[in-house]
Amino acid sequence: MTVNELANQLHLKPLAGIGGDQNEVLTCYAGDLLSWVMGRAKEGSVWLTVMGNINAVAVATLADCACIVLTENAPLDEDARQRAEMQNVPIYSTDLNAFEMSVKVAELL
Amino acid sequence: MAGLKLTYDIPSADDDFTRAGEASGSVKKKLRQIGYNPDAIRKVSIAMYEGEINVAIHAGGGEAEVEISSDAVTIKLIDHGPGIADVDKAMQEGWSTAPEAVRSLGFGAGMGLPNMKKYTDSMEIETEVGKGTTITMVVKA
Ligand SMILES: Nc1ncnc2c1ncn2[C@@H]1O[C@H](COP(=O)(O)OP(=O)(O)O)[C@@H](O)[C@H]1O
Ligand SMILES: [Mg+2]
Repeated sequence: MTVNELANQLHLKPLAGIGGDQNEVLTCYAGDLLSWVMGRAKEGSVWLTVMGNINAVAVATLADCACIVLTENAPLDEDARQRAEMQNVPIYSTDLNAFEMSVKVAELL
Repeated sequence: MAGLKLTYDIPSADDDFTRAGEASGSVKKKLRQIGYNPDAIRKVSIAMYEGEINVAIHAGGGEAEVEISSDAVTIKLIDHGPGIADVDKAMQEGWSTAPEAVRSLGFGAGMGLPNMKKYTDSMEIETEVGKGTTITMVVKA
């Protein structure tokens, strides 16, 4: 499944990096500590986090995450939005929390 | 493949934290362009990013030297920061001296050095308190 298909089915709100929405979704990972995510998230992860900063965009790129989903409407910083646009890192937001979102992603995978 | 050598300046997190991750991002791009083994690219990206962040956060900046050959990628991170007094402790998962401001950005999990070790085939730390730290990591192709 692509990020685009997932986002449509789960009614995620696109915030940035739509150019990358054909990325393949393989699994899901939830976490806010960047080194933890960097070392543990598998390639192709939908990454659920409240960290909407520029460093999160770097982590998503380097760890090959499929996309970032900001849970509970966590804000996206402006410099992070710009970086995500530039690097085609798709970022979405949802009002659901990480648990609720994980359950929904699991139903689709 | 003839050896390719790249060097990067790593700014201090205090000066410009938005550039943190630029060097590792650029190395990843380069490796992709030359069609390097994807598994090795992922390992290099993760290990170098962690090292780069450490230089930016803990050492006030420094530099990175990366050598790419057909057998391996060698990453050398050099800084003239405070050094690491107890390397065994620093290598433990969860041990961190990161300041609160940096933690609130999602860093300071104390997983950086363990990640670097985990994702590389070899890692060597030369450090002297008050002088600085040089970390050399090798990822085989
Ligand atoms: N280049 C460096 N210069 C000085 N100290 C360092 C350096 N790299 C790591 N350290 C020390 O080792 C600790 C553990 O590093 P790390 O595992 O990356 O965790 P974190 O960066 O989250 O604190 C740091 O908190 C810091 O005290
Ligand atoms: Mg670290």
